[in-house]
Amino acid sequence: MGHDSNHTPAHYIRIWGVLCVLLVISILGPELEIQVVTLITAFGIAFVKAYLVIKHFMHFNTEKPIIWYMMITGFALMVVFVAGTAPDVHNHDGARWSNTASKAWIEQQMIAGEAGAEHHGGDHAADGDHAEGDDHAHDEGAKGADHGEAAGH
Amino acid sequence: MAMKPLANLRSATGVSTQKLALYWLLVSEVVIFGGVLCSYLMHRLAHPEWAFQAAHTNTMAGSINTVVLLTSSLFAVLAHAAAERGEGKKAANYLYATTAGGGLFLVIKGFEWTKEISHGYTISSDTFWSFYYTAAGIHASHVVAGMLCMLWVANTVRKDVELHRVEIVGLYWHFVDIVWIFLFPLLYIAK
Repeated sequence: MGHDSNHTPAHYIRIWGVLCVLLVISILGPELEIQVVTLITAFGIAFVKAYLVIKHFMHFNTEKPIIWYMMITGFALMVVFVAGTAPDVHNHDGARWSNTASKAWIEQQMIAGEAGAEHHGGDHAADGDHAEGDDHAHDEGAKGADHGEAAGH
Repeated sequence: MAMKPLANLRSATGVSTQKLALYWLLVSEVVIFGGVLCSYLMHRLAHPEWAFQAAHTNTMAGSINTVVLLTSSLFAVLAHAAAERGEGKKAANYLYATTAGGGLFLVIKGFEWTKEISHGYTISSDTFWSFYYTAAGIHASHVVAGMLCMLWVANTVRKDVELHRVEIVGLYWHFVDIVWIFLFPLLYIAK
């Protein structure tokens, strides 16, 4: 690795500052509760943060081609594994099959979750804080699940 | 520069043996963590009911831990810069600071998990929580491994020898940081 102005402590601290600002944006973005904004601020910014770390902290752009080939191979293998399992996981229906157990489970849990959220206002859960009564909410969710199962039948 | 030259360069690749080995490790880690994260994403998209469980993760703890890991990554790259200048003691001190960051991360994670488990959200209570504890647990085990390696390297480079190891252990730590950068929005932001 060379010794240019991009390898000084001041530069690294600047990059760290940018990463922290991006973190704040990724936390505040989803507060707007707009799906597109959430996707961009939470996941889009994660890619930007990863890029900054890879480029400025790992100096990956200066690595030899063999390193790039190795990493690309790893990502390609990952894509193959994921693509191979995705149809079974992501879909509940296919051309000649239907995962009825999974669909019934989702329906049951949605009823249970919505019942639990209505019962407790849902506000304290949404902020991610374990407010008083959270364990109670969990119990209610379990009760709701039983109710959902009965309703499903 | 006072530092010892890098160990043998592989003639075919032009990359040092240590760096080549480290990147082979990272390639396998890409498949491991990539598989876990993509599996989580697929399940999350196919199971809207997970949102009710995800609502209970502690965003504040996750955010603080992100700052802690980003800061520890900063210390790791500052250690690398110090090693390049041949300042072994300074590099070691930055590595100790990086290790302390890893320790703080684990302490916060410990409090977070204790609270969640005490509220009944265990690894077997729901598929969401199974993914949550598995993904964060594998990541935490990598933090522990990184801390141990960091301490070992720091104890060597403080004697102004084997300074090239600072870059290698730093690369591993940055990778662990990158994994958390993706885990954070998946587990804490996407409610």
